Amino acid sequence: MQEFKLGPATRDAYGETLLELGKENPDIVVLDADLSESTRTKKFGNTFPERFFNVGIAEANMVSVAVGLARAGKIPFISSFACFLLCKGYDQLRIGVAFPESNVKIVASHGGISIGEDGPSQQSVEDIALACALPGMWAVVPADQAATSALVRKAAEHVGPVYIRVGRPKVPIIYPDGGPFELGKAFVHRLGKDATIIANGLLLAEAFKAENLLRQKGLDVGVIDMHTVKPVDEDAVAEAARVSGALVTAEEHLLTGGLANQVVQAAARTHPVPIECVGIRDTYAESGTPEQLMEKYGLTASHVVRAVETVVQRKKRPSPVLAD
Amino acid sequence: MSPQASGLRARAADKKSHNLEELADKAKVVRRHIIRMISEAGSGHPGGSLSMVEILVALFFHTLRHRPGEPDWPDRDRFLLSKGHGCPALYSVLAETGYLPVEELMTFRKLGSPLQGHPDRRLLPILEASTGSLGQGLSIAVGLALGARLDKRSCRTYVIIGDGESEEGQVWEAAMFAAHQKVDNLTAIVDCNGIQLDGFTRDILDMEPIVPKWKAFGWHVQEIDGHDFSQIFAAFKKAASTRGRPSVILARTVKGKGVSFMENNPAFHGKAPTKEQTEKALQELS
Repeated sequence: MQEFKLGPATRDAYGETLLELGKENPDIVVLDADLSESTRTKKFGNTFPERFFNVGIAEANMVSVAVGLARAGKIPFISSFACFLLCKGYDQLRIGVAFPESNVKIVASHGGISIGEDGPSQQSVEDIALACALPGMWAVVPADQAATSALVRKAAEHVGPVYIRVGRPKVPIIYPDGGPFELGKAFVHRLGKDATIIANGLLLAEAFKAENLLRQKGLDVGVIDMHTVKPVDEDAVAEAARVSGALVTAEEHLLTGGLANQVVQAAARTHPVPIECVGIRDTYAESGTPEQLMEKYGLTASHVVRAVETVVQRKKRPSPVLAD
Repeated sequence: MSPQASGLRARAADKKSHNLEELADKAKVVRRHIIRMISEAGSGHPGGSLSMVEILVALFFHTLRHRPGEPDWPDRDRFLLSKGHGCPALYSVLAETGYLPVEELMTFRKLGSPLQGHPDRRLLPILEASTGSLGQGLSIAVGLALGARLDKRSCRTYVIIGDGESEEGQVWEAAMFAAHQKVDNLTAIVDCNGIQLDGFTRDILDMEPIVPKWKAFGWHVQEIDGHDFSQIFAAFKKAASTRGRPSVILARTVKGKGVSFMENNPAFHGKAPTKEQTEKALQELS
């Protein structure tokens, strides 16, 4: 079975990349709301104090100050925990960032439930849905260090608002050699004959583990890294649906409003096939170790395996005849 | 500074006396635009537009360094209307200063018009920000001012917020932050007209005493009559020369100023005048 070496957390990759970007581009400015130690923006702040603003525990103000800085020609990166940045700054993101298409980059740490023991008030299960609901906002969930670094750089180049979710725990290295990463373009690892798993973030490693487990059971399963949830790579979804005839989505997020939502819509528009979705049901989580939580809330390779087996069964069944 | 006693006021009045009559006429023209626009649209916010006319005229015809022919001039002073519902006043002043054709004012609130019901930067890119959800403009202005400071530009940022708007907590987040960052290239003007949508501000959520609040937040504070050009000019000048902290001007104004039946009348916060009321208002402003 495929083993991934454990690498740094995606928030660490963000902090390092931000520092590099700061050296390369004097227009990069960074704002944080008293969590710079945790979001890893502190490195930038220590090196470029004049371009770093710790606004204190005042997320709404942080978002709107970034709007002004963007209008003044700067490229602001704003960071906090995903739950606070999205929920406390939502109206500001709506009217200040999304509506006028401000060039603000929102990089939120501690996404998902894998932060563990701090519990549901600090966990973020709905941030992608909130980001995706804002017209024109791009939403990105990188899986590892290389992907985070590349996609943060792409976000800095992209003119317009981008939301990137990074996480707290150390994560498996999926891309030891890096790879071509483009915002809005899926990383298609392989398309399966029986099904293809479309995953992102922490669930990408689980998807690969599931692929191996299923191979032992005689199923040929592909994997796509859909790091950009919005705009979703519709061509990649359509191609996977055509080739595999069945899809599974997997994400560390509510089943509503995130990756599942985007993939299901894309498939429905282009090539409808049976789809099963792995994610958090309509609930908040609780305190526990990250591993315990991922198991309890249905976000492991074995959950992905079950979803693939289900969808393959559904694919084999003849189309249901609708009764009167 | 009290509205009454001010040597500065007298000096400013002397210096600009040749202008004051002209500016008063301009204010009247702007008020007529406001009434016509809102009447034609059939909706809009006359009260809070009329209350800040002198402040806007003073800014755009006197104090702001700006180039209507070159709206992107990097060293321009920035102006931001945080109380976005007052945009008929802003659009009118922009038209009178040459940013917009005056005829365009009558498209206000109509499909396809750049003059949206609340300021929209997508359709009117000369605006510094889209506003309309109250409480955010001061923060945006602080961002603009910090951006100018980072670029070592000598320009100044001006923002008008409402007194009702100041009930939003974010205003005070921004106030704390601006003072902490010593953002002294920023002048905030609070249009203290005493009325918000549901009634008198003193009855809904009283912000008084407002002067000590701003002082406690670390700002340089002036209190003026917001319809008196000489006091406005003097206050702008004093604010611009203040170092080490941001400046706020609490402008005491009359909601609906200039139209007898709109003055101090909460009913005209967000209601268009009828045809007869429009005629009466225009007569009073002739």
